[in-house]
Amino acid sequence: MTPIEVISTARSPVTDPHVHVWGWEIPVYLFLGGLTAGLMILSGYALWRGRRNPRPEASFALASSGLFGVGLVTISLGMVALFLDLVHKPYVWRLYLTFEPTSPMSWGSWILLLVYPVLALGVLLDPPRVLRERVPAVARLRRLADSDRARRWFGLVSIAVGVGLGAYTGLLLSSLGARPMWSSSVLAPLFLVSGLSTAAAFAHWVTPVPEESEQLARLDNALIVAELAMLAFFLIGLVSSTEVHARAAALLLGGPYTAVFWVGVVGLGLVVPLVIQSLVVTRRVAHTPLAPILVLLGGLVLRFVLVSAGQISHWSRL
Amino acid sequence: MSRLAMVIDTRRCVGCQDCVVACKTENQTPEGFNRDWITYITKGRFPTLSMSIQSERCNHCDDPPCVSCCPTGASHVHDFGGIVLVDKDECIGCKACVASCPYDARYMHPDGYADKCTFCVHRVEHGQDPACVSVCPTHCMYFGDLDDPESEVSKLLASRKHYSLLPEAGTKPRIFYLE
Repeated sequence: MTPIEVISTARSPVTDPHVHVWGWEIPVYLFLGGLTAGLMILSGYALWRGRRNPRPEASFALASSGLFGVGLVTISLGMVALFLDLVHKPYVWRLYLTFEPTSPMSWGSWILLLVYPVLALGVLLDPPRVLRERVPAVARLRRLADSDRARRWFGLVSIAVGVGLGAYTGLLLSSLGARPMWSSSVLAPLFLVSGLSTAAAFAHWVTPVPEESEQLARLDNALIVAELAMLAFFLIGLVSSTEVHARAAALLLGGPYTAVFWVGVVGLGLVVPLVIQSLVVTRRVAHTPLAPILVLLGGLVLRFVLVSAGQISHWSRL
Repeated sequence: MSRLAMVIDTRRCVGCQDCVVACKTENQTPEGFNRDWITYITKGRFPTLSMSIQSERCNHCDDPPCVSCCPTGASHVHDFGGIVLVDKDECIGCKACVASCPYDARYMHPDGYADKCTFCVHRVEHGQDPACVSVCPTHCMYFGDLDDPESEVSKLLASRKHYSLLPEAGTKPRIFYLE
């Protein structure tokens, strides 16, 4: 029988009405981590296919040091957010005294340690002239970076580390079974595809090469469609599962997060940019930064909604 | 290895909150936070109502998600009785364990680490009962080893109808309530 009233003395002004676990820092980190992962995968793929930056020096074309540099900035901002979220900050080094195979967060902390050298090497593919002239080691590395073989291998490594980073940001949430909204294995591929989509949008926005704009707009359209499908799988999975999972889905289907999810994420974040970019690739409107900016904001809002609503979803009866 | 557990007789519990006060005094939990609490549940439809009272705390689960999600190993299963504990010198305050607990048994201590019921490990290692069990004026709480068939808790669970909280969450809780 469902209780009609539950009074608990566990509630205090600190925990009432819900145990508030994560604030703005975690969604921001998950967004920036996903964006970085997407940039690593896109650039890694371009390198693997043997693409060379048509304009050396710091431009932001695919496989350029510029995009890897952006990755360094976005992941570092994400790490700052992650660090701000920690309550026991002076103990952060404890992450690196152990490896806990059952903890996605432990995997993530070690993956982040791989992300930095890969991004740094990516920047050194076409290092800025100042660095090349002042540091002899960078000039030597440049000879290696000119080798097609080395570039292809580096591309594969970048893809592998990027997939690890992007998937872990979703797995992190989906491993926490106590929050029914998160206990969906779709979250890992959803966050990976969303990360790729935001990265394609960003690259589309900044690339100086017209052919790349075209390719990236088409790619992003495909990724947006994939993301819409994954969101549908996510909701269908929850609705058709147990009562608590269906109740978690109801937070997005009529509950308090309905408007922000359907308008902010699905509408403005996915459908509207998909429509704009479909018109762009069929030559009916010119390339506009509006669509990529909407995709980027949509990716951020998606993570805010899922982190916040996920925390509210729970197993108990009331 | 023993598996320490608690059995609480809901027929005897009057919801006096002595266990809550005893825990707070024994463990000096910070203002605004409790490691154990009372839940008063009303069921039915007026005027046919029934009320039950539960003294709740960390369930020291056999399959604790707070331990498997901890990135530093700060949350761990103690050798003594399988008690789930937090080593505050290893905790970085990432709050994954707080999110992983279906019972909301954990909170962030103002000093920065995750905190929760320890089954009064400092007492039970010396053969004493946890503070909450030892003060209960109606003697409705029992503490002992589930792996010992002769223990009071094993005998009670063998002979009386009982339930645990949210068994469907799959963590195999070790706090049992006698009906």
